[in-house]
Amino acid sequence: MDIKLKVDASGLSCPLPILKASQAIKTVGSGELIEVVATDPGSVKDFAAWAGSTGNALVESDSANGKYRFVLRHK
Amino acid sequence: MDETISIVLFSGTDDKLTAAATLAAGAAALGRPVKIFLQYWALDAFRADRVTADHGLAPEAREAGKAAVDAAAKAGQAHWLETLRMAKELGDVDIQACSASMDILKIKHADLDPIVDGVEGVAAFYINAGEGQIIFI
Repeated sequence: MDIKLKVDASGLSCPLPILKASQAIKTVGSGELIEVVATDPGSVKDFAAWAGSTGNALVESDSANGKYRFVLRHK
Repeated sequence: MDETISIVLFSGTDDKLTAAATLAAGAAALGRPVKIFLQYWALDAFRADRVTADHGLAPEAREAGKAAVDAAAKAGQAHWLETLRMAKELGDVDIQACSASMDILKIKHADLDPIVDGVEGVAAFYINAGEGQIIFI
């Protein structure tokens, strides 16, 4: 998987993870991927809602050791 | 989704300003236009010379609440002004001062932080809110 940009949103509380992701995804081309890592448990539902609303795809979502990882494709 | 979210921001304590900034930033991240209408103590908090000063917390915070909020700030939680700046960079966020509150508190546009886009009356606020939701804080 070719990740163009990685965003570390660890330690940041809502709404900063989706704000950082929204900023970051604008810097990559259409169809390209970014990865966001967050520690806010609310980010799981937030990223699903954000993807559904903005048209950017949530390609992967997983968690381990208190970290939540999201791979997003720019629409 | 492009439904406008309008926030009437009346309260001037840091907790309520943070809550409003969070709602505004979340809406901006979803691509929704955001209008913020500043009245009374919220407007006072946007004075350029004290926008980042300590604006206190709502009375229900008490000591334990204040300790929790202070700890979050120390741990690096973004200040509400910074969250609003990020929201403005990201999307369509328009911040207007209520002209009646400006008059009562003797505040001029030049006294306000430049993040405030302009001054308007309540009729303009309603027209710009359109059919979208209005939140009062």
